[in-house]
Amino acid sequence: METKLESRVRQTRVILNSNYAAAYAVRDADVDVISAYPITPQTGVVEKLSEMIAEGELDAEMIHVESEHSALSAIIGASAVGARVFTATSSQGLEYMHEVLHIASGMRLPLVMAIATRALSAPISIWNDYSDLMNVRDTSWITFIASTAQEVYDSIIEAYMVSEDPRILLPSIVAYDGFWMSHTYEPLYIPEDRKTVLEMLPRRPRYTLDPDNPITMGSIVNPDWYYEIKYQQVEAMKEAYRVIREADAKIEENLGRVYKPVESYLAEDSEILVLTYGGIYGTLQTAVDLLRSEGLKVGALRLRLWRPFPARDLKTLVEDAKTLIVVDRAISYGASIEGPVALETIAALYREGLYPTIASFIAGIGGRPVSEDDFRDMVKKALELGERALKIGSIHWGVRGAEYE
Amino acid sequence: MSSIYRIRGVRDLPREELFAPGHGLCAGCTAGTVIRHLLKISGRNTIVVNATNCVEVSTTMYPYTSWRVPWIHVAFENAAAVASGIETALRVMARKGLIDPNKRINIVVLAGDGGTYDIGLQALSGMLERGHRVMYVLYDNEAYMNTGIQRSGSTPLHAWTTTTPVGKVLRGKMQPKKPIAEIVAAHRIPYVATANIAYPIDMDQKFLKGLQVEGPSFIHVLQPCPTGWRFDPRYGIEVGRLAVETAMWINWEITMGDFKVTVRVPKRKHVKHYLRIQGRFRDLSEEEIEEIQELINKEVERINRMAGEEVIGPLAE
Amino acid sequence: MSWRELPIGGIILEAGNSVKRKTGDWRVLRPVIDQERCVRCYICWMYCPDGVIEIRDTPYRTKAGRIWNITFEIDYDYCKGCGICAQECPVKAIELVEEVK
Ligand SMILES: Cc1ncc(C[n+]2csc(CCOP(=O)(O)OP(=O)(O)O)c2C)c(N)n1
Ligand code: SF4
Ligand code: SF4
Ligand code: SF4
Ligand SMILES: [Mg+2]
Repeated sequence: METKLESRVRQTRVILNSNYAAAYAVRDADVDVISAYPITPQTGVVEKLSEMIAEGELDAEMIHVESEHSALSAIIGASAVGARVFTATSSQGLEYMHEVLHIASGMRLPLVMAIATRALSAPISIWNDYSDLMNVRDTSWITFIASTAQEVYDSIIEAYMVSEDPRILLPSIVAYDGFWMSHTYEPLYIPEDRKTVLEMLPRRPRYTLDPDNPITMGSIVNPDWYYEIKYQQVEAMKEAYRVIREADAKIEENLGRVYKPVESYLAEDSEILVLTYGGIYGTLQTAVDLLRSEGLKVGALRLRLWRPFPARDLKTLVEDAKTLIVVDRAISYGASIEGPVALETIAALYREGLYPTIASFIAGIGGRPVSEDDFRDMVKKALELGERALKIGSIHWGVRGAEYE
Repeated sequence: MSSIYRIRGVRDLPREELFAPGHGLCAGCTAGTVIRHLLKISGRNTIVVNATNCVEVSTTMYPYTSWRVPWIHVAFENAAAVASGIETALRVMARKGLIDPNKRINIVVLAGDGGTYDIGLQALSGMLERGHRVMYVLYDNEAYMNTGIQRSGSTPLHAWTTTTPVGKVLRGKMQPKKPIAEIVAAHRIPYVATANIAYPIDMDQKFLKGLQVEGPSFIHVLQPCPTGWRFDPRYGIEVGRLAVETAMWINWEITMGDFKVTVRVPKRKHVKHYLRIQGRFRDLSEEEIEEIQELINKEVERINRMAGEEVIGPLAE
Repeated sequence: MSWRELPIGGIILEAGNSVKRKTGDWRVLRPVIDQERCVRCYICWMYCPDGVIEIRDTPYRTKAGRIWNITFEIDYDYCKGCGICAQECPVKAIELVEEVK
């Protein structure tokens, strides 16, 4: 992300953690119905929103449901009658929603959900990784992964722009690191006047449950029609890429911040690129500086858009590099490459006709910190292993007793 | 709200059918009767939230729908949560001027026994506790019919289902039916009632009351299922009537805490009359039938105590 | 019809269009109302699960000279022949006859 000094909209500097940044975006989007269930580390979003409603800063209602399954179900109902809606969760809560995630997208409802990512039980852990998010990869939700509180704010606004676009009508997730971001305060800019946000988010008509025009939503579909209806989702998800780029342009124009599906740092002349996602991007950039001072031509990439997967952007950025290192924060057990983003990256680059040397690392599982030194050592390990790295599958970084030669 | 304010008899019911024919419910499925009456009472200003069940799969076989009111199905266990969202959204949007604030829209859940007693109980309890203005209609056919007649928490003692066969060791369902309407009533919502398709005017009056209250209401309707209960479809109403005449089923209501039996039974028939015409009870022994009769006798005593008088009379035949 | 023409999300826009599915061919037994006997009590109409007994505002004069303002008629396009109406008719004015196809 790059911030332009002058933007069309007047903004104020605030200090917020990512949970609160999400809440402010929801407030500024004039959301009507919120429903959520407490789970660490997401809870701050809902607490902040409750406060805003209690203080009359936001004219919305919070449905205090008895589970995440009901949270998502309740906002599906609210959205089906035309309301703008929001929910937030983490980890076990997201898993508990799973069935309804598919239904939400299948019903083509423009829901927006924040996820403060967290490891999955068992053993139970409240700390960060991205196993929860990666598990919902195939649920047909547009998925942004933010790396700063500013980006969380902007991405939630953007999510409504894209989800509610009549060409798309798919739900969106804005994910960010549990604790590392959800509980870390950072400065950010938000518009002084909420009207400027609402101008970016006009209420648009769509099919809703209305007694004056009764429709049937959620019917049972036989093999004769099911695939065509699901194929519409395939197309909408592809189309979402274009609409996201349009929204990026509007965010830039109005708020002065530039977003790309894949962000990069010193990538242009790099021989070695490291791709990761979420809040550790800052650490990675520091590591890149470190390695550059040692004379290695290293650059950093960050995946901001997970679904739809930005294969072309990745291709353009990786084209001139010899080595690509993917650092994942989740495990796909039993996969040939156990890092989910690495797996996807390899498929995307193959599709685009690009075959760099690739190494897949998994790090930061269950809240284990990933430092500059870790990144530096991963790069060195990747260079040492060369072509052999991928034969190993994924390298589980820092696991005591795991050896890769 | 519907245009009807009072129903004394069948002639007060509107002729208009908001539930179109051409659906795939089995011939003689009394769920059709329930839905027709429900929509006659609720009228056009109604949104129906249907849990996954026989009704859902039979009445919305894409690209065809039998519903002439807005209708939504999301999943099996969450109809009450979906309805909560709808009710809340309509309220907020009316307040914000996004929809007409003067239009009262009825929100009705239609769920089966499986979707209510078992998998949907949590969402239902949440909806009741939060006090949403939703009328929850449970049509109770005493098993998971849509998946092919498996036992639910509603299946009565000794009834055969595909998962509770009547064998040498196990004799149909080994537990009695869960008292769901009283579990709901324990949430102290404004209106709870039990009804039965054989007494449609009583049922319709209950639908009407349920729609008029300002909080949640719950109408539990016994819905004889010819396919799952194994009887000739022509007897659907007769089976319902026998359920009441034997006190296997009692039509009552609780209005703001006041309990009242709405269909009194001066003299009760023996339960064998009810059991005999259904294949699901075919293999029961005399002792097992008596065991069921004993359960009913105790229940009748309890109900009479609650009513403070003898609303259900003694066993006559 | 291709995926482009279908409304998204599997929604059905035409309320009550199941009338295009004629379920009358399910019928094995055909209920026949004897208009002479019928006492216009609404009971069959009230119970029919498929809502296919119609109340028509056509007057009917019985042989005995009694005049009714309405008649009850069964829509055989949809009647599934369950027999509930015949079973419940208090004056046995509905007979179930073998369906001939
Ligand atoms: C989470 C989930 N589990 C199981 C099912 C399968 N299922 C669909 S309908 C149904 C039975 C419904 O039973 P009930 O609520 O009693 O309604 P009925 O079909 O008997 O009218 C079941 C088990 C499902 N759809 N979703
Ligand atoms: S199985 Fe029973 S409840 Fe289901 S449609 Fe058939 S008769 Fe109705
Ligand atoms: S139930 Fe019998 S008497 Fe009554 S209206 Fe129908 S046909 Fe006529
Ligand atoms: S046989 Fe059944 S479906 Fe046909 S009219 Fe009579 S009650 Fe209705
Ligand atoms: Mg059932």
